[in-house]
Amino acid sequence: MNSDIYILLILLLPLLSFLFIGLSGRKLSTGMAVSVGCLTLITTLIFSIAVAFDYFFVKGSVGGVYAPQIVARFEWLRFSPGMSIDLGLIVDPISVMMLLVITCISTMVNIFSIGYMKGEERLKSYYAYLSLFTFSMLGLVLSINIFQMYIFWELVGISSFLLIGFFFNKPSAIAAAKKAFIVTRFADFGFLIGILILGTGAKTFDFLTLIDRLTHPGVALDSLTGSGFLGMSCLTWALILVFMGGAGKSAMFPLHIWLPDAMEGPTPVSALIHAATMVVAGVFLVARLFPIYSISAPEVLQGIAYIGSFTALFSALIACAQTDIKKVLAYSTISQIGFMMFALGVAGWGEGHDEGFTASMFHLFTHAFFKALLFLCAGSVIHAVHSNEMKDMGGLRKSMPITHITFLLACLAIAGIPPFSGFFSKEAILSAAAHGNPPVFYVGLFTSALTSFYMFRLYFSIFWSKPVDAHAHNHEKGQWAMNIPLILLAIGAVLAGLIPFGKYVSATGKAIELPIHVMFSVLPVCLGLGGILVAAFMYKKQNEIPQKVTKLLGNFYEAAYKKFFIDEIYLFLTHKVIFNLIGRPAAWFDRNVVDGMIQRTGSTSVNTSNAIKNLQSGKLQGYTMYFLGGVIVLVVLILIKFL
Amino acid sequence: MEQVPLAHMLILSTILFFIGIYGFFTRRNMITMLMSTELILNSVNINFVAFNRYLYPHQLEGIFFTLFIIAVAASEVSLAVAIIINIYRKFKTIDIEETDTMKY
Amino acid sequence: MSAQAIAFYILGALAIVCSALTIFSRMIFRSAIYLLFSLISIAGIYFLMEMDFIAALQIMVYVGGIVVLIIFSIFLTHRSGDKLPCALTKRSLIGGIIALSGLALSGWIILRNTFTATNKPAVDLSIRNIGRQMLDYQQHGYVYPFEIISFLILAALIGCIVIAVKDKKE
Repeated sequence: MNSDIYILLILLLPLLSFLFIGLSGRKLSTGMAVSVGCLTLITTLIFSIAVAFDYFFVKGSVGGVYAPQIVARFEWLRFSPGMSIDLGLIVDPISVMMLLVITCISTMVNIFSIGYMKGEERLKSYYAYLSLFTFSMLGLVLSINIFQMYIFWELVGISSFLLIGFFFNKPSAIAAAKKAFIVTRFADFGFLIGILILGTGAKTFDFLTLIDRLTHPGVALDSLTGSGFLGMSCLTWALILVFMGGAGKSAMFPLHIWLPDAMEGPTPVSALIHAATMVVAGVFLVARLFPIYSISAPEVLQGIAYIGSFTALFSALIACAQTDIKKVLAYSTISQIGFMMFALGVAGWGEGHDEGFTASMFHLFTHAFFKALLFLCAGSVIHAVHSNEMKDMGGLRKSMPITHITFLLACLAIAGIPPFSGFFSKEAILSAAAHGNPPVFYVGLFTSALTSFYMFRLYFSIFWSKPVDAHAHNHEKGQWAMNIPLILLAIGAVLAGLIPFGKYVSATGKAIELPIHVMFSVLPVCLGLGGILVAAFMYKKQNEIPQKVTKLLGNFYEAAYKKFFIDEIYLFLTHKVIFNLIGRPAAWFDRNVVDGMIQRTGSTSVNTSNAIKNLQSGKLQGYTMYFLGGVIVLVVLILIKFL
Repeated sequence: MEQVPLAHMLILSTILFFIGIYGFFTRRNMITMLMSTELILNSVNINFVAFNRYLYPHQLEGIFFTLFIIAVAASEVSLAVAIIINIYRKFKTIDIEETDTMKY
Repeated sequence: MSAQAIAFYILGALAIVCSALTIFSRMIFRSAIYLLFSLISIAGIYFLMEMDFIAALQIMVYVGGIVVLIIFSIFLTHRSGDKLPCALTKRSLIGGIIALSGLALSGWIILRNTFTATNKPAVDLSIRNIGRQMLDYQQHGYVYPFEIISFLILAALIGCIVIAVKDKKE
């Protein structure tokens, strides 16, 4: 059994599926397209389980250390003898873990979509886009080279754009797609500059060489730290810019504004792209370059910790006030990614400090399951109710029992209640933060209490709140395609935490212990339970308390409901400031000076030719007149000269 | 013959020449333009013959050139008539003002 | 003034008048006939200059060939009795200016120039002599241009047929 071939197949199968579905046109029946999409992904899922097994239990561990392995590599662009861009595939703990997450969630979402998107006219393009997305995301995590990663990074952005704007006859969907694309594109600009600075300094784009050169003293490190700009070294700048790309994709404050709007896409897409896989690409990027961050630029890592924790708190507050269930989940996603980010940020290099790295990856892993599950449940609810608004729901627990149970399990997982998966990963993050950076720890603690509050607010609003309608029929009957993924993901959400994660994934590759201290866990768990109780008190039955609380909070609630006016600030900045002060003068200059010069050149020559072309009249007599007139003039001139 | 000065001979040919030129400029009919061309050629012939006769009587070159011009004029006229007839078939007119498709 | 000079001036005036009528007449057939008279007067001037061969050729080729050909093409392309359209004012104006200025320029040059004739003895202008010298391939021989002219006439012959032949479609 050669796992290298499997890895190549894992990457190529979704691409082939995309090309097959995308290029076959009308000849292919919809059912065929759906089965091709699903079967390909099931195959890749099986392959990636095999690869993961092979890596973690058979081949990967060399003397107790999981070392990265280059599976395939060829030179693509050669700039100079020492510097080239290679394409290849890398296998190391985090990429294998991401492989599992991506293929697993992607398969579930593909199957779920059979039921959710039934009757959709452009189902084939939907499946083609899903395959494209899976391909690019797999390529992203398997990249051996920061430039290759950037290529797939953009491909992921494109497929996200296509899927958000899938309902392109809806203006809001188009606007959301554009917004997502522009915001992430803006961030990727920083990423690209960061890549170029790193590449210029280290003379390589290869991850392993890059990490090696930038973590050990040498020419490369000296050249980057030696030169500076605005009081910070080039390396710091490069890493900040790279993180900016990651922040754009991972919706870190202040670049988070696109993610809530991205919920305009089909709900399964939100589950796949905007909850489980693509949005954690930023976390993955920081994790990929973690040695550089932690050894050579700990100050950047600290900044990441503050941004992460602020984002976590900030979006948790917004999530408490939203009424659209997908928006709540979106802000919850931002908040959880904030958790992962600050977990990376509080980690350091070396024994006893790198707990945060493992915790972050662990949370990424468990979060993928329960957040995808939450989104799919929300999709199921939306499918039944035909609305996104909380007020249209309530009392659904009898009509949708499977959704109800799985949603409850996912909520418990995200709230960090033992023994569900979220408990373990969140404990790890909080304990890492407590060791590494106490202020961040307190923010995280408060945020996790908020998390359980808003998740259960959502849960009670959807499934309790109103009295059960006795005559309501069961919405779920016959929806096997939607129920099976829910159940499978619920199993994942419950059990994923029991994996001894520290044994497999760590910053150095050596196994580390993620201890669960009972005394330490008491506080977060109690806070989580408290959040649940408050939510139950306020939302289990329809009552007046929420309104009273709203009134009590007054402006603060209003601000949270309006997402703290971030969108408005951006609109003000872009429309009023940038458009008026920079855009319009630039447009004027372009139209009147640059264009004007070129157009005047053109119009002058056109006018001249129009004037001249009348000489070419096609009238023979005219020509002879010119000729004879010219001859006479010449004769006169000669006579004047010689006589 | 010596009573008539050469200059008068040349003036005659010049007048004929410019009458031909004027006709070529103003006539709109291709056949009349052809006639103008014949006048021009004839005036040149007169020039050649007169120069040969008055200034270089020991040579025959003027006569030869006249002969060649007559030959060229004959073939030119036959070709021109063929072209005019062909144009007449295509355009249903031989007015030079209306057959101006060879332009910008 | 000798009779020869009188004859020359009469013939010259006739040639000029007939040419002018050729140019200004609005009846195309008349125009052709005026051209015929103009050419005949020019042939008369050749006779006066004792160029008998040229004069004969002028009458044979021009009067007997070219004018007939022109009249023939007039018959092919015109209905009798049609008047020719007037010249465009712009053209007649500019053409007149150019022609008159050219005439004035040439006349001025001719009149202010003095021509000097050679003293060498005149050669025989008989047709025999002309033919002998033209077909001579040694010094002063014109056999080469003669051959070229014959090719030219052959090409013109073929060209006329090619141009004037009707397409099968029509």
